[in-house]
Amino acid sequence: MHFEFNIEGGNFSKAGTASSQLKKILKQLNVDPKVIKRVVVALYEAEVNVVAHAYTGQIFIDIDTNKIEIKLVDEGPGIPNIELAMQQGYSTASPAVREMGFGAGMGLPNIKNNTDELHVASEVGKGTTVKMAIFLIS
Amino acid sequence: MKIKEVVNLLNAKIVSGEYLLDTEAEFVFASDLMSDVLTIEKDNLMLITGLANLQTIRTSEMSDINKIIFVRKKKATDEMIQLAVENDIILIECDYSMFKTAGILYQSGLKPVY
Ligand SMILES: Nc1ncnc2c1ncn2[C@@H]1O[C@H](COP(=O)(O)OP(=O)(O)OP(=O)(O)O)[C@@H](O)[C@H]1O
Ligand SMILES: [Mg+2]
Repeated sequence: MHFEFNIEGGNFSKAGTASSQLKKILKQLNVDPKVIKRVVVALYEAEVNVVAHAYTGQIFIDIDTNKIEIKLVDEGPGIPNIELAMQQGYSTASPAVREMGFGAGMGLPNIKNNTDELHVASEVGKGTTVKMAIFLIS
Repeated sequence: MKIKEVVNLLNAKIVSGEYLLDTEAEFVFASDLMSDVLTIEKDNLMLITGLANLQTIRTSEMSDINKIIFVRKKKATDEMIQLAVENDIILIECDYSMFKTAGILYQSGLKPVY
């Protein structure tokens, strides 16, 4: 199954709508609730990152019997040092983002924690691509 | 402890999920930082928070948190209540500080996540 969603940068009231949709889909597919939580928390973190740090983005989700693959492609400032961004506590979030309850530099490490595969690629001035996978059969 | 006891102890008001008053609460986490909340693995958690916006509800939806207590007189908006109803999340508004709220519930036997 394939699904696509758009993300609006800066629009916090819509942040999480894709994750919410995916949660409903996975529930319908009778996926283990523990796996659902890992998937939707990881996607939500990535979705909020596009809303908080980029201008616009797209989400591509592929679900098959063995795994769930998610790709987020955004147009935005990009990440100059991905290794640094992956470290817990590193954040360039604006005061507005912090007011929303985010910007602690915990999102990328939390995505890593919740997924079986994570790959972040970025070009400064262009945008960022985050690919993640969660296996359904261990 | 049942939600209705929590509401009584805190002299609080339930604004969404009244039909869930007999639900049991066991583990509680207190934070204003959603980044933190998203790292908690426990399910059916109760959240104490002073952050009242739509992302509080979204974060709870993703984290399988089904009870939220807003402290420091923070109020849930209609939009927040609507999203909470869609996800069977109980919303409670409380006038006490986060410290007092957490203290009362801890003393009454509700458990910390760590
Ligand atoms: N899609 C993105 N586009 C541009 N920069 C990004 C993107 N995602 C992450 N970053 C950069 O990486 C940093 C770390 O991201 P991470 O998700 O770990 O923390 P955060 O978003 O700042 O805070 P939190 O996730 O705790 O709310 C960000 O502050 C930002 O500088
Ligand atoms: Mg983040």
